[in-house]
Amino acid sequence: MGVALIFIVIVAAFSGWWLSRQRLTAKPWLEVGVIGDAPEPASPMTAKLGLGTFLVVASSLFALLVSAYAMRMSVADWRALRMPTVLWFSTGLLILASIALHMAVIAARSDEPGPLRSSLLAAGVCSLAFLSTQALAWRELANSGHFTASNPASAFFYLVTAIHGAHVLGGLAALCRTSVKAFATPKNLVPTIPRELTLSVELCAIYWHFLLLVWLVLFSLLMRWTDDFIEICRGLLT
Amino acid sequence: MVDVMHGVPEPRPAAETEDVELYHPHSWITKYVFSQDAKVIAIQYSLTALAIGLVALVLSWLMRLQLGFPGLVSFIDPERYYQLITMHGMIMVIYLLTALFLGGFGNYLIPLMLGARDMVFPYVNMLSYWIYLLAVLVLVSGFLVPGGAAGAGWTLYPPQAILANTPGQQWGIIVLLVSLILFIIGFTMGGLNYVVTVLQGRARGMTLMRMPLTIWGIFTATVMALLAFPALFVAAVMMLLDRLLGTSFFMPAIIAMGEPLAYKGGSPILFQHLFWFFGHPEVYIVALPAFGIVSDLISTHARKNIFGYRMMVWALIAIGALSFVVWAHHMYVSGMYPAFGFFFATTTLIIAIPTAIKVYNWVLTLWQGDIHLTVPMLFALGFIVTFVNGGLTGLFLGNVVVDVPLSDTMFVVAHFHMVMGVAPILVIFGAIYHWYPKVTGRMLHDGLGKLHFWVTFLGAYAIFFPMHYIGLMGVPRRYHEIGGIALVPPSAATLNEFITVAALIVGTAQLVFLFNLVWSLGHGQPAGGNPWRATTLEWQTPHTPPAHGNWGETLPVVYRWPYDYSVPGAAEDFLPQNQPPVPRTG
Repeated sequence: MGVALIFIVIVAAFSGWWLSRQRLTAKPWLEVGVIGDAPEPASPMTAKLGLGTFLVVASSLFALLVSAYAMRMSVADWRALRMPTVLWFSTGLLILASIALHMAVIAARSDEPGPLRSSLLAAGVCSLAFLSTQALAWRELANSGHFTASNPASAFFYLVTAIHGAHVLGGLAALCRTSVKAFATPKNLVPTIPRELTLSVELCAIYWHFLLLVWLVLFSLLMRWTDDFIEICRGLLT
Repeated sequence: MVDVMHGVPEPRPAAETEDVELYHPHSWITKYVFSQDAKVIAIQYSLTALAIGLVALVLSWLMRLQLGFPGLVSFIDPERYYQLITMHGMIMVIYLLTALFLGGFGNYLIPLMLGARDMVFPYVNMLSYWIYLLAVLVLVSGFLVPGGAAGAGWTLYPPQAILANTPGQQWGIIVLLVSLILFIIGFTMGGLNYVVTVLQGRARGMTLMRMPLTIWGIFTATVMALLAFPALFVAAVMMLLDRLLGTSFFMPAIIAMGEPLAYKGGSPILFQHLFWFFGHPEVYIVALPAFGIVSDLISTHARKNIFGYRMMVWALIAIGALSFVVWAHHMYVSGMYPAFGFFFATTTLIIAIPTAIKVYNWVLTLWQGDIHLTVPMLFALGFIVTFVNGGLTGLFLGNVVVDVPLSDTMFVVAHFHMVMGVAPILVIFGAIYHWYPKVTGRMLHDGLGKLHFWVTFLGAYAIFFPMHYIGLMGVPRRYHEIGGIALVPPSAATLNEFITVAALIVGTAQLVFLFNLVWSLGHGQPAGGNPWRATTLEWQTPHTPPAHGNWGETLPVVYRWPYDYSVPGAAEDFLPQNQPPVPRTG
């Protein structure tokens, strides 16, 4: 559970930093009058905070998965799998999707509907292609005789890729809605791209960067590049 | 007490912040059924949680009947007994306590106490309730599926949980795991709302350090729940795969009835780690809202400001943080590395410090207060006593050497029922008596309330106090029948009969409470807007019960902290948070 503990320490450090800026040492019984700025519930910050909170929850989920994986790896009978090469392609596709969404944000902020639409489409296509290559990886493993139940390493492989894939699917639903909005916006508006649409694009981009980051962590875990790090985490607790 | 003015407190009645656009319901269905109003969602959550809690109460009756009078009810065979304990525990901890504190009180109180019109994501909030309801229905369907409900104990330890011949192994366990997964998804939707509303939805002048402790408790607990529930989610998904697809995440190589099973290479300890990584914070997810609510009840009904408000806030945060590094104290007997046990015993005992600070502060708030022994106050006082009691036995169990012989005895059952069963339930009752007038506009009947309190409070002690002694005698938990074990004296059986009778009486007393809830709806005394003369914002709404949007035309502005009771020189013995200060002359 070393990885989960490290995650909790990071969250605690961040919360501590945030709390330290919230005047927790104030003496409210001595203060009368209107103090502090009111937060604005209608501001784009609210949606971003909502997404940010969700990303922390999702990070906790993945940190625990990685933790479970690391714990199982440490048992003597662990047999590592040869990872399908197609995973390299899927990694590339997810990077492309992330870049495309970044371009979409730039296009939305500089009020260019054409590039916005094409970047959103490109991101959607790359993400779908990512999911297909993941499915190919599953098939390759299954063809070489590694099914979910055949050994712990393959069971974990199917589990982590499936949970990550489910998060991509959820993101695609949001991306779909955003794209529909982007294509439905009439051309004669000024500014051409309404504020809510820009916000939706930004939220999608943040989510995709997160998906990419998680995938890179999972990928390096599956490729066994992080074995030393996991060894260190284990050393922390024993 | 000195008033220190910050800047010029010029009267600014209208809020300057941009008002949120409210969703307006157009039909009866969208107003009362698929409602996006946090108050309606809160009531839906509460009623569903109370209903499923009643089911769990009946299950506990059946268990007690078997323990007190073995063989009296022939229907309770060993398999059924296991199903009863499993479902009772699961329902009470997750579907009643967590849902009622966060989904019920959280939804009702967060927007009202912070001066917001509603939660920040009302649509997601509505989904949260409906997924919770679905989770409850799926859970209840466990009683109807072939093979009956899950019977693996509420901790669902593998390998036993999914092996053949464990009751409910056929379908019950699958249904239970699916229900848990749904609950977590639904809760996450609600939890995002509670956190972001606290961060973004506060009225002007409502700084974090002016929030009532109720909100601090609910906020901290929600953050913890959002971080801890994923552990249960991961554990549930992996166990589901073990059961359905034959993977071996948690299942080691096993020989059953002389035949090796298909499972090999899994780690049951891994499940225990994941389960308790969720399970221990869960105790505080239930306790922190209770701490917060009880602070407000005591302050209001003793007409005195809470003692050590800052310490109370810091202690809540400290308890929340510490509770993530104590989980393995549930696993002392799992054969773990001894240094582990030392580490976790130390962190466990350290939690006693912030918790004790809270208890001292409650007592010091009462000290020289103008104590009104109203029903909410009685329940709050009952909570303090019970929580101290349960906390002290926690110190026993937190120490490895004491825990090992007491592990899996009735002592443990008595401990956790005191500390996270009875204590939070007392707060829930107190809170319902306190806020019912705001929710319905009518008071609950006082005499019936007092009857309910005394029978519940004394009865709970009659149940759980002797149970400690039964545990010390060495009576194990989870046994369908003790039978003729040499180490258990016959007096344990007599004591068990007594406990069962007490449990039946306490259970029946809850009918008085239910009757009061329904009867007062039509016949209770009209409450007015602020019957307890309380300072917090929810009592200052223009309408009671609060209308859609809570605040009428203008949002409230907050000028002071929530505990201005008995302020020297003030005309009334309470100053509402939205009452502007009078500029001093001369």
